[in-house]
Amino acid sequence: MAGWLIIALALALAPLALGSGRWVEFLELTLFVAVLGQGWNVLGGYGGQYSFGNAVFFGTGAYVQALLQYRFGISPWISLWFAIAGTAAVGAAIGWLSFRYGLRGSYFALITLAFAEAFHVLARSFPSITEGGRGVQLALNQDPDRALATFQFNFAGSFLAENGFYYTILAVFLASAFATWRMERTRFGAQLIAVRENEDAAQALGIDAFRVKLGAISISAAITAAAGVYYVQKYLFIEPGIAFGTSKSVEALFAPIIGGLGTVVGPLLGSFFIHGVGEAAKATIGQALGDRPGVDLILFGTILILVLAFLPRGLAGLWAALWRRLTGGDGNA
Amino acid sequence: MEFFGLTLPSYGWETVLGSAVSGVFLGAIYALVALGLTLIYGVLHIINFAHGALLMLGMYGVFFLWKLAGIDPYLAMLIVVPGGFALGYLLQRFVIGKASHGRDEIILLVTLGLSIVIENGALFFFSATERSVLVPYDLDGIDLGVTYAVWPEIAALAGSLAITGALWLFMMRTDTGRAIRAVARERRGAQLVGINVDHIFAVTFGLGTAIVAAAASLLAPTYPVHPQIGNLFVLIAFTVVVLGGMGSFVGALVGGFLIGITEQLGRLYMGESLGVITVSVIFILVLLLRPTGLFGQRSGQG
Repeated sequence: MAGWLIIALALALAPLALGSGRWVEFLELTLFVAVLGQGWNVLGGYGGQYSFGNAVFFGTGAYVQALLQYRFGISPWISLWFAIAGTAAVGAAIGWLSFRYGLRGSYFALITLAFAEAFHVLARSFPSITEGGRGVQLALNQDPDRALATFQFNFAGSFLAENGFYYTILAVFLASAFATWRMERTRFGAQLIAVRENEDAAQALGIDAFRVKLGAISISAAITAAAGVYYVQKYLFIEPGIAFGTSKSVEALFAPIIGGLGTVVGPLLGSFFIHGVGEAAKATIGQALGDRPGVDLILFGTILILVLAFLPRGLAGLWAALWRRLTGGDGNA
Repeated sequence: MEFFGLTLPSYGWETVLGSAVSGVFLGAIYALVALGLTLIYGVLHIINFAHGALLMLGMYGVFFLWKLAGIDPYLAMLIVVPGGFALGYLLQRFVIGKASHGRDEIILLVTLGLSIVIENGALFFFSATERSVLVPYDLDGIDLGVTYAVWPEIAALAGSLAITGALWLFMMRTDTGRAIRAVARERRGAQLVGINVDHIFAVTFGLGTAIVAAAASLLAPTYPVHPQIGNLFVLIAFTVVVLGGMGSFVGALVGGFLIGITEQLGRLYMGESLGVITVSVIFILVLLLRPTGLFGQRSGQG
């Protein structure tokens, strides 16, 4: 807990210490991916159900947030609740179908992928609702006095204009981490971990595995939707490829696996590590060979394979092991 | 025609049949991409996410052989197929097998990691530019009455049937084929009778990759290659494999044709954009209702 207060404080003060600009942008991206990762972690890390299609939740959240404003002029502060709750319902529906029919392991991964693809096609195919492949572009608010009301900071006072979205995603991240931390300590969290470790044994102990997994996928969907809400407010734009394409699904699982599955800090640690490496690679290799795309993802993929091969508990596990060696006892990090 | 409140256009039978026939040609390609995937699944129980990336790599191989050495894309098979086998063998032996600790979900993630590395490696070295293999005969073909089939389509259909047949013969008639089937049936037992299971796994993965390299050669004259091209086929190939039954060769072939025809009819009736949703819908329904597929034997709850 003390560790978390330090992390939260450091992240909150970062824009003041680092000044705005590159480093804050880097932290903002890190936090955004950490939220996507935390969403995945609840279901994948704690529940052992590996989704390959979490983009379906990111995209649904983003589209609900965008369309309620675009079509009906609803305030973004109200639409965000519909986005989060609506996506949780979509998560529950997908979970109900998948878990009711007993899909596990690879089959669950495949069906989540299929749902993301189906939503991708739907978003593209009904321009009268979603604006189709062109995407939804929200109107830019240029009135500084309405910056907060419109949840758009571009024309707000200079501090808010530069850091408003950093604090937005920081708040979302801290909320998601707190929710995960609370979940870990409830009966529900213990049951979820039991289902991950051995579903049949958990069932035999009287745990309703179906209900537990359904709860986890709904929370996972809600957290991921919040990342979608942030994305829409920041860029005022969403289109089917960004929303439901495979890249968000992949980003969501990189961070927690590399950072440490089923730990609260894992997604943040993983996201920080891969984007740190990514930035360093762009600055060195990218610089040396000309600015070509792909370098960062080549590294992410390689790191993923190496972590899977050598660090089954991710960086958090490595940290805990090092800590034990240093202190000689079993300190819990 | 009314369908869930949507008014569907009505077409003459020639148009519908024409669409279905072009679906057969498309389906042949799907079947061939799915064949390697289903072979690997049947033996290793791996859902190989890198399959699409390997297809893309094969297409680049064919492209550069044509561009730099003037080798005809079909002739290039003689080079890319053994190359694919070697690459697949090494990947399974030294990367996937080593990194996955034998756990299914980890294998899935390792192959996903591989696909990301391969795809972005292609992006890095070859850029996102689309490149096309140009053959002098790409617009010639046969008039089938209801539709016109070009030679590359006919070659892909013939190639799929021939390769599926050859694979079946190989599995039935050769010692290696028997060993592969033994490992697929009973891993531990195969080990006890002296089969080197790690070697057979790698051979199987190599064969799957060799088949997708053959598919790459058959695709090259029709589809321009770019780093993302594998994604176009990989979800469809998963659908075909699941529909046909994981591990079933006949299933891959039948599933490929069914998906090809469904997709073309979907496009005809529902439009270019929404038409492809038929594939996702079939995928979801088969996974939910019949995860063993049409010809599969293993239970879906693994």
